[in-house]
Amino acid sequence: MARAQHPRSILQEWLPRLVLAPSFAVVLLFVYGFILFTGVLSFTGSKLLPDLTTWVGLGNYQRLFNHPNWWTALANLGIFGTLYIVICSVLGLGLAILLDQKIRGEGVLRPIYLYPMALSFIVTGVAWKWFLDPGIGLEHVIRSLGWESFSFRWIKDGRFAIYTIVIAAIWQSSGFVMAMFLAGLRGVDNEIVKAAQIDGASNWTLYRRIIIPLMRPVFLSAFVVLAHLAIKSYDLVVAMTDGGPGTATWTPALFMQKFTFGRNEMGMGAASAIIMLMMISAIIVPYLYSELAGGRRT
Amino acid sequence: MTATTQQTAVRTGALVRALIYALLLLFAVYYLLPLYVMVVNSLKPLEEIRQGNMLALPRTWTIEPWLSAWSTAQIGVQPTGLKPYFLNSIQMVVPAVFTSTLLGALNGYVLTKWRFRGADFVFTLMLLSCFIPFQIVLIPSARILGLLGLGGTVTGLVLIHAIYGLGFTTLFFRNYYEAFPSELVRAAMIDGAGFFQIFRRILLPSSGPIIVVTVIWQFTNIWNDFLFGSSFSNADSQPMTVALNNLVNSSTGVKEYNVHFAGAILAALPTLVVYIVSGRYFVRGLMAGAVKG
Repeated sequence: MARAQHPRSILQEWLPRLVLAPSFAVVLLFVYGFILFTGVLSFTGSKLLPDLTTWVGLGNYQRLFNHPNWWTALANLGIFGTLYIVICSVLGLGLAILLDQKIRGEGVLRPIYLYPMALSFIVTGVAWKWFLDPGIGLEHVIRSLGWESFSFRWIKDGRFAIYTIVIAAIWQSSGFVMAMFLAGLRGVDNEIVKAAQIDGASNWTLYRRIIIPLMRPVFLSAFVVLAHLAIKSYDLVVAMTDGGPGTATWTPALFMQKFTFGRNEMGMGAASAIIMLMMISAIIVPYLYSELAGGRRT
Repeated sequence: MTATTQQTAVRTGALVRALIYALLLLFAVYYLLPLYVMVVNSLKPLEEIRQGNMLALPRTWTIEPWLSAWSTAQIGVQPTGLKPYFLNSIQMVVPAVFTSTLLGALNGYVLTKWRFRGADFVFTLMLLSCFIPFQIVLIPSARILGLLGLGGTVTGLVLIHAIYGLGFTTLFFRNYYEAFPSELVRAAMIDGAGFFQIFRRILLPSSGPIIVVTVIWQFTNIWNDFLFGSSFSNADSQPMTVALNNLVNSSTGVKEYNVHFAGAILAALPTLVVYIVSGRYFVRGLMAGAVKG
């Protein structure tokens, strides 16, 4: 870089930093400053408004982990997260393998599998809410086809409602996971495949022993993306059940919203947000660390 | 022989291939079904949905539900249809996407071609900001918007979306410019070109693809956002997603399913069109966002 001599070149020297400064300052304040603020709030007895004068220590966290709704939310996250990640990965990998068999019409099928990713979760929620509605949706359709005793009312049943959200979420995201795996499969070196074929490996063995193990980095990326989406899951739940029936489909994100803005329990809301941040950090930080440590790619 | 993107060398027999095609078609039906249900039922009178079969084509075709969803349906207390909220979303998306993309491009340029001590630290902090659950910033954001007098306004939403998009836009441009030959930039510096001149004349002209990827990514995310929209808007400044949710989940009156479906398609249309027109870039953005985030 040029040595600073003229006033003009001093300006040139500092200009890049000046250009970056506003963005950086805004991120420092709106992201890190706000995290700190929420962290502080979680130790206060704030109700309707932030109140930094009543200090309650870990009181909010104690109340949080003694609250049945929070445990419902965590249990739902466990069910939703596990099924969502596992089924999306299996379905995504399966479809990618099928689509990788020199399929005629791949150019038509791929966008069909992937378009739900372009939709808002609210739109997805509306479509599935009414499609799974016993009054007009699937149950009604099957009954009108003659199977009078057919019953499918999971979305109205507290024990099963969370699974209907899993169904809709898988519909939305599995095509995207397919695209990730397809890109991975297209990167497999055919020499390895041919060598195994010469050794007489069947397709089954080929995939099980050689190709799928090569997909390890894709599994990892898919896991991180899906886990991230699962922990943040909010819109889809609001659109489909709004947490109901009762509190049956509450998730941590819904808990945060309802307690902070609905029940004026800002301190507890802040505490629940901090727990969500910790969950996401536990997944993202090791992942980014291994990505950055494992050599930079563009 | 060793191209990184290639057709598989796996071979399959005729019977297996028939089975594969059948499965692939079955899944195509699965992914298209909800869209089909929405379209078909948005063109039926309400009576036909209640009594008939959701999967059947309309017996009486009508565009009444579309007209109602657009201009007369009850959203909250007002019978305005979704039109004003569609316009809110456009007013929110355009400036937010423009600002965050422009700043992201400049940031990426500085972080790769004008590196300074601490640049990596700055980048790491911006990168990490992509992954936070936004619940963590909701309470202070609401406060700040209130203090700035922007609570419940579209301008407030623009500000919020522009700021929380910065991490991703910076990431996209930084990774793209990293691969851009620094020799060209250095040569221009020796010729006496300034900071902005180099950006405008040398980097910008070859930034087409990454601009498209970033704009699509930001557009889709901001248009589809519900969390910020529902937390920081009031009855007049709601974006489309929030209005749609109010339309569908309002507890009063008759449930007009056909109007709901028409409204849902209206809300989905802009991002669907972007996806259909430029799916390749859309997927590229998703991948870039996914692999690094």
